[in-house]
Amino acid sequence: MTAAAAFFYLFAGFAVASGFMVIAARNPVTSVLFLILAFVNAAGLFVLMGAEFLAMILVVVYVGAVAVLFLFVVMMLDVDFAALRQGFQRYLPIGSLIGAIFLIELLLVVGTWTIDPGLVQAPLGHAAHGESVTNTQALGRVLYTDYVYFFQIAGLILLVAMIGAIVLTLRDRTGVKRQNIAVQNARTQAMAVDTLKVPSRQGVEV
Amino acid sequence: MTPIQSVLPAITPVLPEIVLSLGALLLVLYGAWRGERSSEGVNVGALILLIFTFFLVVSQTGQVTTLNGAFIADPFARLMKALILIGSAATILLSRDYFQRERIDRFEYPILIVLCTIGMMVMASANDLIALYLGLELQSLAAYVIAAFHRDDVKSTEAGLKYFVLGALSSGMLLYGSSLVYGFTGTVSFPGIVTALNGPASFGIVLGIVFVAAGVAFKLAAVPFHMWTPDVYEGSPTPVTAFFGSAPKVAAMAMTVRVFIGAFPDVTAVWQQIIVFVSIASMALGSFAAIGQRNIKRLMAYSSIGNVGYALIGLAAGSEEGIRGVVIYMIIYLAMTLGAFAVLLSLRRKDKMFETIDDLSGLSRTHPWLAFCLAAMMFSLAGIPPLAGFFAKFYVFAAAIKAGLVTLAVVGVVTSVVGAFYYIRLVKVMYFDEAQAPYERIPPGSAIVLGVSSAVVVLFFLVPAPLIAAAGDAAKALF
Repeated sequence: MTAAAAFFYLFAGFAVASGFMVIAARNPVTSVLFLILAFVNAAGLFVLMGAEFLAMILVVVYVGAVAVLFLFVVMMLDVDFAALRQGFQRYLPIGSLIGAIFLIELLLVVGTWTIDPGLVQAPLGHAAHGESVTNTQALGRVLYTDYVYFFQIAGLILLVAMIGAIVLTLRDRTGVKRQNIAVQNARTQAMAVDTLKVPSRQGVEV
Repeated sequence: MTPIQSVLPAITPVLPEIVLSLGALLLVLYGAWRGERSSEGVNVGALILLIFTFFLVVSQTGQVTTLNGAFIADPFARLMKALILIGSAATILLSRDYFQRERIDRFEYPILIVLCTIGMMVMASANDLIALYLGLELQSLAAYVIAAFHRDDVKSTEAGLKYFVLGALSSGMLLYGSSLVYGFTGTVSFPGIVTALNGPASFGIVLGIVFVAAGVAFKLAAVPFHMWTPDVYEGSPTPVTAFFGSAPKVAAMAMTVRVFIGAFPDVTAVWQQIIVFVSIASMALGSFAAIGQRNIKRLMAYSSIGNVGYALIGLAAGSEEGIRGVVIYMIIYLAMTLGAFAVLLSLRRKDKMFETIDDLSGLSRTHPWLAFCLAAMMFSLAGIPPLAGFFAKFYVFAAAIKAGLVTLAVVGVVTSVVGAFYYIRLVKVMYFDEAQAPYERIPPGSAIVLGVSSAVVVLFFLVPAPLIAAAGDAAKALF
């Protein structure tokens, strides 16, 4: 058994096990942490396949942004997961029936599936250019040349998403006391201190 | 050293989109710099930008593909883009007064309209599935935001959320269909798909076409994917509803024609039955469900569903003549919708807008010109000669009969008779019911839009030749 195969079984085993734990964990925060573990293992699988760009994107985007966002949402929203799980027993029979049907269908599909042997041997990313370039390089070569149009439109879509989020949520709050350094520094003694002559036994109106 | 021109793709055909994008970025900068006071300037800037781009589009000629085959500039794309730009510019004219009075006058609105317009233009000249999808997303995302633009109004936020959730679902279906088409043909470019599909269509292709059709039917608001339309039309701010009824409809129709005629011309048998069904169902629902509506915005929503059904008749014919019919239909539909909404936007007393049919009663005595224009729009939507709406229907029905789809044409005629009932009821309410207190003067922006669209609708029969010739050129480019 080669090292690559050993690593494959390591990553695949961890990915499946943590995938199971995502739905089995009682605490939703633990679920999200297991989701992150599943993503990292999937990234490891991509590295084994020679798709290192995809692996890094998976870690950066899914672990770094999406999963952490999930974590924030889970921790900030007080979702009552116990209430969500009520009725689990009641729906178990029909749920397991549907699950079993899906499993049988999947087995039938996978059982008859034949993969073109040529496809398995083809190293990723090297095929298109006929020379040894990493797939990050290969993507970089086409992203700003062949696909510059799509790249720019995707940029505009992100701009719309940003403007939309700001338009729909940003509010000017009234009644917030903000520190204004310029005004503070411009204060003179005359503005801050008032000297009054206090008549005896009468006091002053403030 | 190779000259730079041979390395760079030809950008002259894409110039309108580039100008619009750069303009939008400049407007964002100006708005962010000036803050809330910039609204006036950004509105004027966006209007000038759209008009300038319109002339840029109109001045171009010829048929070229560029940007690695993803972008096509042909007479069809140019005509559709011109219509889209007219629709967007008219929306900005219609919106100004309403947004100021509702105190939601923020500079982001015209910018979102401009960005939405870029998306629609990308859709109109998409020559591959990725460009099509990206254009659609750019358009839809901006549309979701402006539907919810009145963010303190429950109905508006509901409209935005509904539109977003259902729109995301339909984008997913379109994307899934596209992935199947890509998987079974090995290419995303429309000409490539045409070459790959020589022979009987495989099951995967059929499935892909069905999903793509579901996605575009949603964007067109055609039955059975129309459920969102009445709620979104009613909840959105009225100028935004006018926008949804005009430019995005034209863009969605352009996209539909591009996909079916551009990518699947040799498998007509597969998609023709889908289009025939969608067309019949839309026409029937559009005319029957509108009868019970009291709210004019909901009525216009059902009317738009019906109108999409009529326009699809031309596509179902699948011939050059049919596409010409679709293009003529969209030109006239744009004028009728914008005109009807311009009238609706001038029903205002103090700070209250009126939008039910009863509020129109006796309009002919208080505002004779407004009533006359709306009556012209309604007679035209009902398809009564010599108004433009009659010709719109005439060309699609004629194309359908020539293509042997007699049943479809007959259903179209029958449903337009049913539809005539509720269109003409509005005329009856305006001319024969008790007069109410007069409304305020029509805002200048709405007056311009109403004047131009009424002129198109009423006077189309005098000089139909230029528009019909342009539509004919556009259709010829696709075959």
